Amino acid sequence: MSVIVLLIIFSILVALVFLIAFIWAVRSGQYDDMESPPVRILFDDKIKKETLPHKDSSKK
Amino acid sequence: MILLNLHFFLPMERIKENKVSGKDKKIICYHCGDLCLEDYVLHEDKNFCCNGCKTVYEILKENDLCNYYDLEKNPGISLKSRNLGEKYNFLDQEDIQRKILDFKERSTAKVHFYIPVIHCSSCIWLLENLYKLKEGIRYSRVNFAKKELFIDFNPDRITLKELVSLLVTIGYEPFISLEQETRKKQKAVDRDLLIKIGVAGFCFGNIMLLSFPEYFGFEGIDDRIIHRFISWVNVALALPVVFYCSTEYFKSAYSGLKQKYINIDVPISLGIITLFSVSVIYVAFQIGPGYLDSLSGLLFFLLIGRWIQNKTYEGLSFERDYKSYFPLAVNRFQNGDYHSVAVNDLKEKDSILIRNQEIVPADSILRSEQAYIDYSFVTGESEPVQKVQNELIYAGGRQVGSAIRLEVQKKVSQSYLTQLWNNEAFKKKDNSRLQTMVNKISKYFTAAVLFIAFSGLIIWLGISMEKAWFVFTAVLIVACPCALSLSTPFTLGNAMNVLGRNHFYLKNSFVLEKMMKISHIVFDKTGTLTHSKKGFIQFKGNNLNSQEKIWIAQLLSNSTHPLSRRILNSINTTLIPVPIHEFKELKGKGISGVVEDHEIKMGSLDHLNDISDSPNSISSDDDFRHSQVHISIDKRYRGYFSIENDYRNGLKGLMLRLGRYYDLSVLSGDRETEQDLLKSLFPEGTSMKFRQQPEQKLDYISSIQEEGGQVLMLGDGLNDAGALVKSDLGVAVTEDITAFTPASDAILDAGNLHHLDKFIRFSVTAKHIIIASFIISFLYNIVGMGFAVLGKLTPIVAAILMPASSISVVIFATFAVNLMAKQKKLI
Repeated sequence: MSVIVLLIIFSILVALVFLIAFIWAVRSGQYDDMESPPVRILFDDKIKKETLPHKDSSKK
Repeated sequence: MILLNLHFFLPMERIKENKVSGKDKKIICYHCGDLCLEDYVLHEDKNFCCNGCKTVYEILKENDLCNYYDLEKNPGISLKSRNLGEKYNFLDQEDIQRKILDFKERSTAKVHFYIPVIHCSSCIWLLENLYKLKEGIRYSRVNFAKKELFIDFNPDRITLKELVSLLVTIGYEPFISLEQETRKKQKAVDRDLLIKIGVAGFCFGNIMLLSFPEYFGFEGIDDRIIHRFISWVNVALALPVVFYCSTEYFKSAYSGLKQKYINIDVPISLGIITLFSVSVIYVAFQIGPGYLDSLSGLLFFLLIGRWIQNKTYEGLSFERDYKSYFPLAVNRFQNGDYHSVAVNDLKEKDSILIRNQEIVPADSILRSEQAYIDYSFVTGESEPVQKVQNELIYAGGRQVGSAIRLEVQKKVSQSYLTQLWNNEAFKKKDNSRLQTMVNKISKYFTAAVLFIAFSGLIIWLGISMEKAWFVFTAVLIVACPCALSLSTPFTLGNAMNVLGRNHFYLKNSFVLEKMMKISHIVFDKTGTLTHSKKGFIQFKGNNLNSQEKIWIAQLLSNSTHPLSRRILNSINTTLIPVPIHEFKELKGKGISGVVEDHEIKMGSLDHLNDISDSPNSISSDDDFRHSQVHISIDKRYRGYFSIENDYRNGLKGLMLRLGRYYDLSVLSGDRETEQDLLKSLFPEGTSMKFRQQPEQKLDYISSIQEEGGQVLMLGDGLNDAGALVKSDLGVAVTEDITAFTPASDAILDAGNLHHLDKFIRFSVTAKHIIIASFIISFLYNIVGMGFAVLGKLTPIVAAILMPASSISVVIFATFAVNLMAKQKKLI
């Protein structure tokens, strides 16, 4: 049964890793702005060649 | 009155507005989405409302940044009424740069700006692609919530001034103020709370899991070592909860007690301490597992409540004072040339140059021949005042017209306006105790709990010593006012959200509590009841020929009535002096006179009683929004001028509804000219005061407060700033949420002013919801007390009862607020 003691210690250690990760994330400012990252990820970096024909089409 | 005179709205609203106003298809600027007037610019088959917008488009196109226009429709910021000039020259100065830059070391500099106009994903995209526009910019990042832009650049290749100018040319003018340092601190606090929530959640979750065997009654587990081990792990996990997460509650309780004042945090702290010490004793003496799961769960919920309560509108600034209104630098004449110098360095006898639309930073004497100073923001007077040489000009006025030279009389810190700002009324507010509903209750609550606990102790002492102590602690534990203290943040936090969706932004949730108690509402006139755009004047009827126009203009020029002056301004005709005979002005009716042998009458219809033909073609759009001035020439009806009012939409209805519940007052910096109109707007018994100086407004508010009134003040300018701060609830009304507003408790979008009564009623609803959730939490407490007093509060009962009460109160508060908001059509 004493294996449970070991398991508990390990499970708490693993959980601690995640807690520390969370604290690090907050400290580094990842939770400061909850609005722009979801928008930012959707921006495509258009390559020049792609933008040119697009401009022509908008001239119609 | 809008300070910056920028006409930008959020894009959605803008598009809507265009659709409504446009009977025909209106031309919309490709860049900013504003309506194109006659002088619009056509470029590459795209319409631009002004050259500024076109220029931005060209810059973006040159640099392959047209993606900007694909992300959102017409995302740009209108560049009308912007004048850059040499406004930002002061940024070349070392000491100013040092104040603004976050970091600087040889070839690396970091800076962040507050840019109020950031409003959509296109803005983010463009601002984060700044490096494509100018070399030297390494990296730029937007914080959308705070409307901040962080830039990392190479000062050898691009100066701070060039950087700011670039932002201004593409329409994103940063709000530069030396106060920026104060904003940095706030961020750290928010992060702390998040970490506390994380830690509390972590401990709560783990303690719960480890306590599971207890819940399912495996108490008699064969292995005692494991049992003890788990208990001690729980104690260890509870340590950070008590000594880290709850520190705020202890501090607040302590400072409350020190001032002999029991706030809600006193019973909470009492509960936390009892819970923890009892649990440790239980574990140490192997009596039982203790209440550590309840303790950590409690803290977890409490902290979440605190987080919701702390949430506020970071993009808006409620704390601005005159410093953010004044320019940072001004041009000073020295050694034969003008140099830009920081405003604080101005000394007496300095000679300074103020250009068109710039603000006079210090009380000074005019050295140029004449100046037109617009004091609207300081005094509320709507017309610019003419000043001649050697006259004293007070700080805060805005020059309209060509540049003027001034000689500084007093330092900025000693100017009239600054002095007013240092009036004690501005500081009073911080010291006043926040008498929130919860804090009021907590006094009685704490007393009741202690009473029950001690009577339980005494009664049980006669039966069993051990049981008596158990009952005593159990009462203290179960009475922890967790649910009580949660109901307020959740109700108010949600209500604040609802109001925010209606463009009524509150500084924090305490403002809502103050709003519930309002008894008197005071309105400022200029800029609050009226809008800054001049109303539209239209002539309806048979067209007048140019000769007739001259006659009418001549007649009008003799009248001082505000309507006459506005019609006169709208008629495009030169005034040729023609003699007038028999000029008469009948109060409340109109004017008449004979010009070049033609009898002209203007005014209300009954003033024109002697006309031969009856005007049958008059449409009956005689609502409040339009005033009509009818004209007859030689007894023949010619038509009427329809004048759109300066007053905002829906005011009459609003006042009627408000008048039923509250006392109303109007304070105006203007003259009495519009008294009649105001009287027709407001219900009877409204007190109106004109020609009010800022101090008089402030005094008026205090006089109401001395009579026991709770004042809500609505204002827009610096002239109202004193009254706004003095009032119990100061609301800044603005046409543009991002523009300057004086320090206030709340910011209201002017377009929603006519919903003010709804908002106030909603705050009263929120109060009822809080009371209802108080009742719910009391019911739980009674049940819990029952268990406790009878000595049956086992850890399992506590573990079920305490979270259940917290969660049900949170759910009730959230749902009730949303339901009521829907019912009142606020969402």
